[in-house]
Amino acid sequence: MEELVNIFVRSIFIDNLVLAYFLGMCSYLAISRTVKTSIGLGFAVIFVLGITVPINYLIENYLLGRGALSWLGPRFADVDLSFLTFIMFIAVIASMVQLVEMIIEKFSPTLYNSLGIFLPLIAVNCAILGGSLFMQERNYANPIEATFFGLGSGVGFFLAIVGIAAIREKIKYSNVLPPLRGLGIAFIITGLMGIAFMSFMGIEL
Amino acid sequence: MSTNAEISKEPLFSYKNKKLITNPIGKDNPITIQVLGICSILAVTVQLKPSLVLAISVVAVMGLANVIISLLRKTIPQRIRIIVQLTVIASLVIIVDQVLKAYMYDVSRQLSIFVGLIITNCIIMGRLEGYALYNKAWPSFLDGIGNASGYAAILIVVGAVREFFGSGTLMNVQIIPDALYAIGYENNGFFILPPMALITVGIIIWIQRSRDKELIDAS
Repeated sequence: MEELVNIFVRSIFIDNLVLAYFLGMCSYLAISRTVKTSIGLGFAVIFVLGITVPINYLIENYLLGRGALSWLGPRFADVDLSFLTFIMFIAVIASMVQLVEMIIEKFSPTLYNSLGIFLPLIAVNCAILGGSLFMQERNYANPIEATFFGLGSGVGFFLAIVGIAAIREKIKYSNVLPPLRGLGIAFIITGLMGIAFMSFMGIEL
Repeated sequence: MSTNAEISKEPLFSYKNKKLITNPIGKDNPITIQVLGICSILAVTVQLKPSLVLAISVVAVMGLANVIISLLRKTIPQRIRIIVQLTVIASLVIIVDQVLKAYMYDVSRQLSIFVGLIITNCIIMGRLEGYALYNKAWPSFLDGIGNASGYAAILIVVGAVREFFGSGTLMNVQIIPDALYAIGYENNGFFILPPMALITVGIIIWIQRSRDKELIDAS
């Protein structure tokens, strides 16, 4: 249990996907003009990361990794399909996003209306694929740990995008140098937020 | 489309085709103007060498992906085009990844997951959606190479700035003479930290927009 909380907190603050690794920057910069839309995108990312990371974990460990196919019999113990991971992960993500979109549309039209437009965007959000690839690199012990990692990363993305959206809403009233307006200042603010988040680095949990 | 017919009669490097390459490097740069593809790059620009390797990989993947999608554009059903595009990109990235692992293992370790993240690099998808799906193979190829070069240019500049100020070297060759260290110069360790990549890009945007007033964001 302690281990799970540890992974969760680590992935939110110390290994924040946006502010420590700069993943998902495209949607992060494009959608962060108002707090309201950024909350929508943030929830969609938490949702999709929480689903795709454990699924990719199972695929990695029971289909693709070295020796992962040994449950089929001793003949398959040496098979290593890990060169297929990229294509499998992205296919899982794209199809899960499609599936999730259809399920939400069917069962919760209100949720669909608030998340709907963001879901297709998420298939090509680097944070999602990045989450799965980091999961692969860090060798989590079981699917539950991987799930917590996915959820934590999603919450980290949520915090970062809502934070910058709030700052950008305020900054509209400030007198920014004309060449820096819009994109330039957004980059620099993100850099400063990244520096602030670096103070979490080195914390042992 | 009528423009297609015009392009096919033109010489290979006509004015219009040259623009396809030069525009994205400057005025229409994918990173500083179109805001695409910032995702996977910033963490690898601590040094020049990995930046250069990633830049070359992106140019290769993007040029080829644009050609393949452009050749297939009449056979791809509209509804599943995103999956088809992702599959094409992912297969090309797998090839790049295997080549890097085989011939440049240390750089491949350093890039870690960022080679894989070329797949979700928004510029590639953006150009496939926006250009290759509607244009012939040769202009699509040029468009891909042009946009990837614009991306590569920023990547290399950021990598060079960060390595120069952060470690005093370029491509692991010491540039700042020992004499300077002797009189008290110190490397700015700040530039090695990831957030400085963003601030460096911010400054590049600042310089570019103050030189070209048209690009200033009105909002």
